[in-house]
Amino acid sequence: MRLFATIFCLILGAMLIAATGDFPDFGDPGSPASSHLSTYYIENALHDAEVPNIVTGVLADYRGFDTMLETAVVLIAGLAVTFILRRQRDEDYVPEDSSASRPGLIVQTTAHLLVPPGLIFAFYVLAHGHHSPGGGFQAGVILGAVLILYAFAFGLAKAEEIFPEKAQRFCAFFGVSLYAGIGVCCLALGKNFLDYSALASPFSLSPSHARSLAILGVEVGVTLTVASVMFSIYADLASSGYRDEGL
Amino acid sequence: MMILKFDLLLLMILLVSAVFALRVKDALGAAILLGVFSFMMCLLWSTMGAVDVAFTEAAVGAGVGTVFFVAMIFRTTRRTSD
Repeated sequence: MRLFATIFCLILGAMLIAATGDFPDFGDPGSPASSHLSTYYIENALHDAEVPNIVTGVLADYRGFDTMLETAVVLIAGLAVTFILRRQRDEDYVPEDSSASRPGLIVQTTAHLLVPPGLIFAFYVLAHGHHSPGGGFQAGVILGAVLILYAFAFGLAKAEEIFPEKAQRFCAFFGVSLYAGIGVCCLALGKNFLDYSALASPFSLSPSHARSLAILGVEVGVTLTVASVMFSIYADLASSGYRDEGL
Repeated sequence: MMILKFDLLLLMILLVSAVFALRVKDALGAAILLGVFSFMMCLLWSTMGAVDVAFTEAAVGAGVGTVFFVAMIFRTTRRTSD
């Protein structure tokens, strides 16, 4: 059986390697992707979405629907982890003194030094996603990682005083709702779902300016969802679902 | 030419870390090796010019993914004797 599996894997691998020979060369200007699709985005993204970073323009504007549902997938993944792992302590449970197992002074001081720049960097990545690599997902992950670092150094209970479980749930749902809500606003103003240029006339902006600002709005929604889901997953995993002691 | 050498070095480390992540007995070691794999992948994305993908790989794959694995490993016990 093991021999059969090995042979099967080798054949499959050889077929995949043989198939990569049919790909166009890296950066080939004559490949279908470079000759039809990319040229359109490169020529029109700045004018259409007023976003210098084409990746952000494609992600949040041309393919906004795709990104909205990706955010919903992140939310559902976080909910699934909570549903499976979250549980309550028995009534007569006596908590052990976990202060002895806290990381020492070095880890706590490092966390004190790293958390504020990390937070600023997360918001920089979010707000600067229009101009440089980054955007909602990356900012959300960095924000979540900073919260996880804080929980790791000072204990899960202390981190959940700042960002309680209910706030995590609320932010996760609010992020997706903000994204979808901006889409519904466009729908209510008579354009297609997530056609941000609909927001231009009520705020007396130019259509491309409205698109640029609406992209920032949906990125904020993505950040909220991703950050709270990341922290929620960590809190469930690290405390076996009890959420009272952490690692 | 410089980039090609750099790419080859990255691909070597990528392959070695992938193979050893499967072979290593210790779960914590395997998680760290997967983090190395992700980070090499991130450097490869950036040599290909896909900076946004590289950024995401560094933040999700090498960062938070490794943290999740480590958090899980601290909550598991080794029951078998091998």
